[in-house]
Amino acid sequence: MTTTTDTTNQTAGRGVIGASVTRPDGVAKVRGEFEFSSDLSADGALWGATLRSPYPRARIVRLDTSPALGIAGVTCVLTAEDVPGRNAFGLVDADQPVLAVDEVRFVGEPVAIVAAESPEACAAALAAIIVDYEELTPLIDPEVAIDPASESIHPSGNVIRHQRIECGDPTVSGHFVVEGTYEIGMQDQAFLGLEAAMAIPDPGGTGVELHVATQWLHEDQAQLAASLALPPEAVRLTLGGVGGAFGGREDLSLQVHTCMLALRTGRPVRIHYSRPESFVGHVHRHPASITMRHHADVNGRLVKIEARFVLDGGAYASTSSAVLVNAVTHTQGPYRCDNAVVDGWAVRTNNLPCGAMRGFGVVQACIAHEAQMDKLAEACGMSPLEVRRINAMATGDRLITGQIVESVAPVLRCIDETDRLPLPDVPLAPADHPYGLPGGAGLTTTPSDVVRGIGYGVSIKNLMYSEGFDDFSTARCIVDNGQVTLKFATAEVGQGFVTIAPQIARTVLGLDAVDIDTIDTGVGSAGSTSASRQTWMSGGAVDAACRKVREKILEAAAAQMGGASVEYTVDNTDVVHLGDGRRMPVVDIVRDRLYDETVEYHHRPTVPLDQSGRGDCHTAFAFAAHRAVVDVDVELGLVKVIQIATAQDVGRALNPLSVIGQIEGGIAQGLGLAVYEEIIMDGGHIRNASFTDYLLPTIADMPPVEIALIEEPDPQAPLGAKGVGEPPCISVTPAVIAAIRDAISQVRPGPVDLPHIPVRPMDIVRAARGESLSRAMAD
Amino acid sequence: MSKPYQLHVNGQTLDVPDPVPGESLMTVLRERLGLRGTKTACSEGECGSCSVLVDGELMCSCLVMAAAVTDRAITTVEGLGDDGISDIQRAFVECGAVQCGFCTPGLIVAAHALLDRHPDATTDTVREELAGNLCRCTGYGRIIDAIHSVAIARRGDRP
Amino acid sequence: MLVSTPRSLEEALAALGDGSCRPLAGGTDLMVAVNHGHPMTSDVVSLDRVDEIRGLTLDGDVVRIGGAATWTLIADEPVRSTVPALAQAARTVGSPQIRNAGTIGGNIATASPAGDSLGVLAALDATVEVRSASCTRLMAIPDVIIGPKVTSLEADELIVAVHVPVVRGWQSYAKVGVRNAMVIATVGVATVVNEEARSVSFGLTSVGPTPLRCPDAEVAACEAFWTLDGTPRTPTARDIGHIAELVMEGAQPIDDHRSSVEYRRHSVGVLAARHLRTAARTLREQ
Repeated sequence: MTTTTDTTNQTAGRGVIGASVTRPDGVAKVRGEFEFSSDLSADGALWGATLRSPYPRARIVRLDTSPALGIAGVTCVLTAEDVPGRNAFGLVDADQPVLAVDEVRFVGEPVAIVAAESPEACAAALAAIIVDYEELTPLIDPEVAIDPASESIHPSGNVIRHQRIECGDPTVSGHFVVEGTYEIGMQDQAFLGLEAAMAIPDPGGTGVELHVATQWLHEDQAQLAASLALPPEAVRLTLGGVGGAFGGREDLSLQVHTCMLALRTGRPVRIHYSRPESFVGHVHRHPASITMRHHADVNGRLVKIEARFVLDGGAYASTSSAVLVNAVTHTQGPYRCDNAVVDGWAVRTNNLPCGAMRGFGVVQACIAHEAQMDKLAEACGMSPLEVRRINAMATGDRLITGQIVESVAPVLRCIDETDRLPLPDVPLAPADHPYGLPGGAGLTTTPSDVVRGIGYGVSIKNLMYSEGFDDFSTARCIVDNGQVTLKFATAEVGQGFVTIAPQIARTVLGLDAVDIDTIDTGVGSAGSTSASRQTWMSGGAVDAACRKVREKILEAAAAQMGGASVEYTVDNTDVVHLGDGRRMPVVDIVRDRLYDETVEYHHRPTVPLDQSGRGDCHTAFAFAAHRAVVDVDVELGLVKVIQIATAQDVGRALNPLSVIGQIEGGIAQGLGLAVYEEIIMDGGHIRNASFTDYLLPTIADMPPVEIALIEEPDPQAPLGAKGVGEPPCISVTPAVIAAIRDAISQVRPGPVDLPHIPVRPMDIVRAARGESLSRAMAD
Repeated sequence: MSKPYQLHVNGQTLDVPDPVPGESLMTVLRERLGLRGTKTACSEGECGSCSVLVDGELMCSCLVMAAAVTDRAITTVEGLGDDGISDIQRAFVECGAVQCGFCTPGLIVAAHALLDRHPDATTDTVREELAGNLCRCTGYGRIIDAIHSVAIARRGDRP
Repeated sequence: MLVSTPRSLEEALAALGDGSCRPLAGGTDLMVAVNHGHPMTSDVVSLDRVDEIRGLTLDGDVVRIGGAATWTLIADEPVRSTVPALAQAARTVGSPQIRNAGTIGGNIATASPAGDSLGVLAALDATVEVRSASCTRLMAIPDVIIGPKVTSLEADELIVAVHVPVVRGWQSYAKVGVRNAMVIATVGVATVVNEEARSVSFGLTSVGPTPLRCPDAEVAACEAFWTLDGTPRTPTARDIGHIAELVMEGAQPIDDHRSSVEYRRHSVGVLAARHLRTAARTLREQ
């Protein structure tokens, strides 16, 4: 793998911004000492468990928990009527019950919770609870949900949000017109650290302490307070070690349940989800049906895009409305286009609830717009890169919402630098090890069965929250006799904020001894670890808090060394006079002094979209390009990804090794969506709630990755650094699919359509045979 | 409740208090012996997060019935490395092979088994020997790097 | 609930004698059920220490593989050179963790339609040695595996060995799965050329309730690879296509969440054809 940056570790330097400092929790993690939320225990703790609906839609006719109470070791059984406060939660609308009342709307919906002395007693209790259901016909087709005549499956109706975008002249049409419909399946975040929480009640039940793996402590706190009927300050959250999140922990799952059981029993309670339970216990990426029609002039320049999006939000709204806005506002991709008509729906069905997953609606839009750009390239007789180059957006161009892209927008550079990365020197179908060929260990394929394809994808992704949401972050910087302590509520989920926060502090303050205090609600909100926002927002907050402290340090320096604080700055570990160069170590200035500053960092305001989809609704943007080289066994439809190359617009790599980790990890998830990962729903039931049949890429499936980091610091970003979490998982998916199409096109002439994502073996087989693919297909 | 028994873990003989009939080695390690380094992520042998060594052989502890391995030598992540950290563990930290860390203990154990058997492992062998350990955060690139760096250092070559 | 760890086969069979205990080998199937809320109620006889059935011996033209021999052992020599298709099948199973624990006896006793060794064993006409405290039976795979996850084994019986013929000729096992590793077979095809017997056998898995042989295809293959007087001939592309068609017709695939009838039947044909081409080329090159 080649990169353009320095990846030496912290022993080579001070561990400031720009260095590949190693994680402060790394040693604990490799020794197995790091405590994840599932590793926590307390004396006298009970186990909790959840009874879930087996039906996608049913009326609860009778619910009798008394048989469970008679079981040895069972301490309590709670249902909807036991919810102390609001029996409703939700990130945007509180439309989801904490425990079901009268009706269940998805398979897995929580109906009752139990606490017992052992997991076995919990299981016995769950089995003993009597629930009589009257099954109802589930609504599983999103197209039906759009129809106003469809039976409402929820008091709020079946349409969660409809958003239209009208830009420019809708009557314009192009010399070239290409159209496609893309069906994107449901992806799961599949974080390895299963849901787990431990709640410890205050004596008298006046409050509760919750240790939980989550993405946003304060949002959990607010929703908990409402459902527990407690003031927020009585609900104290501490971040338990998080084993990955990727959007799957933004919504509540077990938080209220764990606290309810703890408060009712007066004892600590732990709830751990199993993997099959986790599959139904959190939201998923929205399945989407997207139709796009791209119009271009005779030179291949886009003149209009028409699009229709239908996102299946499942039973409860979660963040579907924001996901929809993200999807539709990214319709055009990182390209200029003056005219557009877009209609988007996020609808309610009795399928599994969907919400945030890394990429948040833009993944789906990008799959569609990149396939469209390839179709356009073919129609115009241009190469896939050429058509993208001539349409590439730049700083100052507008989205179809009218918003000007003020961010650094090095789209051409992303494309060019990706193109320049060396192609793999792996020959076609190397046969010295089974893993060199499609089919891998299965020995299905010989070299003569393999064709190699190359494909590209380019993306734009918004950073931070949108439509007027003020997702600020807070940080506190304490310097006590030279020891720096940072306090924040930023959820570390593996992305490495705990690594860069001290780097920022060391850089700003010139002090090297930096600790991070417990991550809990003992300081203001940091917003969610999502939307590629924490480097910018929490990094910005830490930076701002440290700068406030630094200002005081410089005042103290001026008092000691003469003059005004503006004459001084921090250089490496010294305070230095800008005029005459006199310097004094910062540690000396701060000796025996205490500094303590807390700052809230806000990004610039945004506005909601109006009815025509116009409005400066996004905060900032980042860009990336991907190239995929893929070997395909077209007869069996099996795929081996040989290499992924990417150039990503990162602004500034605060920690290059961390950035590379995010990029490689994001690429793995995007690759998974391209060819392996789909939750199979059947009449509202999930058919593959296990790692046996929900297939994540293994180390045998991930190819080497070539990375170019494009560092053009963004003047809007507090440290010049853009978020890097989502861009890597977005355009890699269409790049892999394009490479598969390219391979297929070598065995048979004519356009190749792969409209279902993930691409299944039979899809490749059919495309290679030249069969057209119908919309609803089995395999 | 079944008969109490003992397990040999990381060189020590430990009594297993309050055993439950038929439970897995993973559950016994975590819930009865307080050795929580071994992680639970799927309980069906598909992810490798619970990997341990049983008489030096790599296994998913979720698939081992604890009461059936009472005379085997079990090694968990807590038992690797003299003075508490091995060269492999160090390399994982230094090469950026750890993000959320949930898969890490299982991978560390698997990497030890791999390099014991294949000190000159090619990348293909590394992939084959670690195919049973899922990671959702890193994309595996830094993990492969870490293992190669250890293999090179052990051979005494200069990196 | 008791777990016993007998040290000898005799002890193990005695422990199973009253038919109330469950034998436990690698645990790769049984423990999944335990972990997912189906606790063990019967006593367990662990085979972990019954060394007599954990090894394998090469005895002239038979490899006798202990019922509790692991995939790791089977993937290595001498099986790799003497019964390559079986070693290949062993190497495709799961992960190193699974291969260190899972056993051939467990694979047969679980009798999953997707069992990786089962097609190879069927194609090789392997014999399964089944013993109880009082008797020994030698059975062919179709007599042991009588339905999806159903065997004819009695509660006091143990698979102590599998006798696998060492055959001269090309053989292979191919398994289709979406990922490069760690997959339950969507389709499994084992093909065995026996130059001495002048036969070609196919063993199919994941396309029927039990492993399937393909009698019609095997007859056609025999005719394509040898003339009536036993001289080897080179099958034509048409021959191979025809045999592959017969293999496809012999398959009984179903639709499930992993795959479809259409894809399974198609890929069985593709794999059979590929095997036949490679087998033909190998024969020609000799």
